[in-house]
Amino acid sequence: MRRLVKLAMQKPELASAMLLLVLVVLFQIRSEGVFLSVNNVRGFLGLLPETALVAVGVTLLMISGEFDLSVGSVFALMPMTMAVLVVAGWPFWAAVAVGLLLCAFIGFLNGWLTIRFDIPSFITTLGMLFMARSLTVVISGGFPPRIKPGEVPSWIFVGFVDDGGLIRASVLWFIAIAILISLLLSRTNFGNWVRATGGFLPAAAAMGIPTGKVKIACFMICSVLAGFAGMIQSLRLNSFLPSIGEGMELQAVAAAVIGGTSLAGGVGSIIGGLIGAILIRVIDNGMVMSQIDSNWFKFAIGALTIFAVVGNAWLRRRGRAMKVETDR
Amino acid sequence: MNMPIIETRDLHKWYSGVHALKGVSLKVDSGEAVGLVGDNGAGKSTLINILSGLHHQDSGDILVEGRPADIRSPKDAMRLGIETIYQYNSMVPLMTISRNVFIGREPLKWSIGGIGILDERKMREESVRAIADVDLHLRSPDALVGELSGGQRQGVAIARAMHFKSKVMILDEPTNHLSVKETAKVIGFVKGLKAQGVTSIFISHNMHHVFACCNRIVAMALGKVVLDKPAAETSIEEVSALL
Repeated sequence: MRRLVKLAMQKPELASAMLLLVLVVLFQIRSEGVFLSVNNVRGFLGLLPETALVAVGVTLLMISGEFDLSVGSVFALMPMTMAVLVVAGWPFWAAVAVGLLLCAFIGFLNGWLTIRFDIPSFITTLGMLFMARSLTVVISGGFPPRIKPGEVPSWIFVGFVDDGGLIRASVLWFIAIAILISLLLSRTNFGNWVRATGGFLPAAAAMGIPTGKVKIACFMICSVLAGFAGMIQSLRLNSFLPSIGEGMELQAVAAAVIGGTSLAGGVGSIIGGLIGAILIRVIDNGMVMSQIDSNWFKFAIGALTIFAVVGNAWLRRRGRAMKVETDR
Repeated sequence: MNMPIIETRDLHKWYSGVHALKGVSLKVDSGEAVGLVGDNGAGKSTLINILSGLHHQDSGDILVEGRPADIRSPKDAMRLGIETIYQYNSMVPLMTISRNVFIGREPLKWSIGGIGILDERKMREESVRAIADVDLHLRSPDALVGELSGGQRQGVAIARAMHFKSKVMILDEPTNHLSVKETAKVIGFVKGLKAQGVTSIFISHNMHHVFACCNRIVAMALGKVVLDKPAAETSIEEVSALL
């Protein structure tokens, strides 16, 4: 039993999950039942996959020991690229492929520059944040491209899948991708390398793991997920704006950290990042529904981030200090 | 049989203008336990980094079992059966014992292009067996390496090398920062290697540790080998005087 408690205390995502539960109950009561109403859940589930997919990518990258500040800009660049190509007469799927390839290339560049010149990814991706955002505006030509509803098969990504109009295809895409990345991290040799690379780079390198390639792969996955999420948002709103995703990079980092991912790398889980992302959305939405001045939203996220890191560190220490039967 | 398992011929290495190795030629026979001693900057670590694939020599040759070997990466060294255990950095503290044992050499159920699903049952079972084989008793392969003592960690690292049938084990300062009791344990592991016919190269500052488990002593100073004798024919005093 003590053993179980010890294990649970060392699982940082657990505390976040409990907090999530408490908040949902609290908001449900405070909003007099509106919070979990069909209409609100529909809106909530529309936005969630978009921010959560970005958080999944950022979490994976942070576990490998790196950082990506450019996800918010890539979030805008991918749908803009796609829309501009569609307007220019390209087939939809070709435009999607080009958009995602561009994201992969940006991820590669982020990783390659970081590894090759041995500079902090904070700097590389900060530069990319500005460059990708600027590119988005440049290719839009200042006028957002217009795609008529029904012109592209956007239902594949954002159409409702149930008769009640509650769950969009994007939720399914998001669940499938989250499970895939989670399995990649926990069940494959690649995941083992990611953890080793972020956990203790010299050991990973000494054991022959191609740490540079592992990190670059994580950068690429992170960028592609951010671009994919941006595409979903743009298709859902059917508008292609160069300004979407601003501030998203830091929210994604906050989600990862709230879910127990360490900034230093090596520690964390995809499910943790997801719970963090859901927490942020719940707080955002719940505050509005409970008629709390929504200007407090950022304050709440900030406080939660700090609280989560302090709390997780404390729980981990307590968990580790708990004595279970020893080997001597 | 009489062919040395590792031989270096006239190895030279410069580090940004510093001549770290000045023509090191060394033969290590199969089954030997060689103690490599020397002060800081004597070139011990440089030599070891070259043999383990972290660096490459500027000139000179390495022969493994009589065949010329071009060691360009840790993977190359491991493929040749040379495994290195560093004072700190051979384990990831935040990962479990079984995952650490198989880092970079994970058994897979199936794979596409080298990436695939881990065979975690096999990893657990084999790591338990490997650890028991070096007379180390740990409660679970799922414990984090960070929760082990320094001596236990070295034990797991040695178990890992044994599991992968390495022929030569290089131990780079494995007793640094360990308590007396833990040090005795590590020295016990090294003696165990000799009994199992594994060649070892044991690097240390501490003469007592080296003399306790090695049958040959090689001393380096200023990038050169200055002494190479069976342990029985030399003494701590003689070696110390040369360094």
